[in-house]
Amino acid sequence: MSLPASSTPEQVRAGGALLDVNNLEVIYDHVILVLKGVSLSVPKGRVVALLGANGAGKSTTLKAISGLLRAERGEVTKGSVEFKGHRVDRLTPGELVRLGAVQVMEGRHCFGHLTIEENLLTGAHTRRDGHAQVQRSLAMVYDYFPRLKDKRGTQAGYSSGGEQQMCAIGRALMANPELLLLDEPSMGLAPQVVDEIFAIVRTLNQRECVSFLLAEQNAMVALRNADFGYVLENGRVVMEGVAAELAANEDVKEFYLGLAAAGRKSYRDIKHYRRRKRWLA
Amino acid sequence: MSELQFFAEVLTGGLLSGLLYALVALGFVLIYKASGVFNFAQGAMVFFAALTYVGCLEKLPRWTGLAADSVLLVWLALLLALAAMLLLALAIERLVLRPLVNQPPQTLFMATIGLAYFIEGLAQGVWGANVRGLELGIQDVPMDWVLDHTGMIVSRFDLFAAGVAATLVTGLALFFRHSRVGRALRAVADDHQAALSVGIPLATIWRIVWAIAGFVALVSGLIWGARNGVQFALTYTALKALPVLILGGFESVPGAIVGGLIVGASEKLAEVYIGPWVGGGVESWFPYMLALLFLLIRPEGLFGEKHMDRV
Ligand SMILES: Nc1ncnc2c1ncn2[C@@H]1O[C@H](COP(=O)(O)OP(=O)(O)OP(=O)(O)O)[C@@H](O)[C@H]1O
Ligand SMILES: [Mg+2]
Repeated sequence: MSLPASSTPEQVRAGGALLDVNNLEVIYDHVILVLKGVSLSVPKGRVVALLGANGAGKSTTLKAISGLLRAERGEVTKGSVEFKGHRVDRLTPGELVRLGAVQVMEGRHCFGHLTIEENLLTGAHTRRDGHAQVQRSLAMVYDYFPRLKDKRGTQAGYSSGGEQQMCAIGRALMANPELLLLDEPSMGLAPQVVDEIFAIVRTLNQRECVSFLLAEQNAMVALRNADFGYVLENGRVVMEGVAAELAANEDVKEFYLGLAAAGRKSYRDIKHYRRRKRWLA
Repeated sequence: MSELQFFAEVLTGGLLSGLLYALVALGFVLIYKASGVFNFAQGAMVFFAALTYVGCLEKLPRWTGLAADSVLLVWLALLLALAAMLLLALAIERLVLRPLVNQPPQTLFMATIGLAYFIEGLAQGVWGANVRGLELGIQDVPMDWVLDHTGMIVSRFDLFAAGVAATLVTGLALFFRHSRVGRALRAVADDHQAALSVGIPLATIWRIVWAIAGFVALVSGLIWGARNGVQFALTYTALKALPVLILGGFESVPGAIVGGLIVGASEKLAEVYIGPWVGGGVESWFPYMLALLFLLIRPEGLFGEKHMDRV
């Protein structure tokens, strides 16, 4: 489902976004200013990648959207978040889950002592549509993640990293969401497993019409699977555009894809250079 | 009476009182799982609950005009005591847990110490400090049937108390293993942030768990109060639970049950078989020594959950 090359995020936004983040400012512990006016939007039925180096503010952005920020002494001090046309920046995570947006946290965070199946069922905690519907969702999750079905009785803490990531995504799907906020799904996983997970993300997007906002350091994989991308740096959006165009952009190539024309640079050089360079937003 | 019969009698008595320890320990385990804190105020809650029950029982005839020996009175008093425990749980969530969210566990532990003093003060302020008797209508006499068939002396009251404790413990264990709320509680215990992320409301889980702990406190307060009188010493039940928790593990429901049985049985056996050698009084320190030894061998407890490193 590739977009016509001419459509910009602005044009799609005009067509009605599922999620709209406007000029978001976030402060931790009352003093640490981490987001300095982030705006982005996720159109319905799209996959949007949020890229950036360590500490750029990707996770903070997702947490500000999902409401998990408050549990970490973080606070939205400016801006707004709209989901399906509702202001959601004052909602609790539970209320947002019920509205249809669920965050899959960085580092997976499965419930280690619960079995895989119990983990999945906790994802349906907010649902009130009855046992039969929940069982149907469970069957659907097992359909997308057959590996979880084989391990349904194992404690999540003893399953592999890939299985835990699948468990975390499956758990979020159990809430019947319209939007998943995926934080670093590729973290610490073998390339093969990463591909497997992103393939499932794409299928979910196409078949179940789940939209995704995914934060990734692995820009190459993210852009390959996304429709749009935003690049965060130091709490600001410094670039945005159609994923394919971003992937072709020289700066992105150099700094995030490690494909500089002048040959590969070491990560250290990149970081050093990056500090001096300023992108124009 | 044969040697073996005597042993069986002592063991039975120990196991029966062990079930009661298990019940008290369960109150701690639930709160430890939900709020991640050793609830120092659990003993005070036991005292408060029992005192509220007998206090209501005393005052109700005057308030309602019911006859002092009416059965209705007992149920009313029970209901009021239960309501008081529920209110207490709601107040604790609102006034103690919520403001302290995100604070380190030590802070929360200190808060439960403060809470313990507050609850003790409140109980005595409202109901007075004098010792009261509590009558549940079950005599502390040997069961004839058991005596006839096995020759063992087993107290009717002990059996009743153990039956109540066993029912409650089993019910709660099943509830937390199989119900939706139970699953949510275990999820919160594992990772409260992840629990938040899937929409589990922490505050609701806290209220439910503290209310259940209040209920457990009421039941154990009534049983202990009936045996020893309703008095300040009831607050020391918390100390009785400590060895049970060390043996069974702070976060394990089966651990609380097995730990309670071990403590109950071993303290009675030690009293009878070691007591004569050292001049008695073994019962009061034996569980602590057992727990200490256990700490050296298996600090996480029998059923304590080992920390999973693979995440
Ligand atoms: N709870 C917190 N309290 C204070 N500062 C925080 C907190 N969480 C994050 N920060 C700071 O906010 C900045 C952005 O962090 P964030 O986790 O959003 O970055 P990120 O883009 O997700 O990075 P990574 O790729 O490493 O996950 C960092 O400088 C971090 O130190
Ligand atoms: Mg992050």
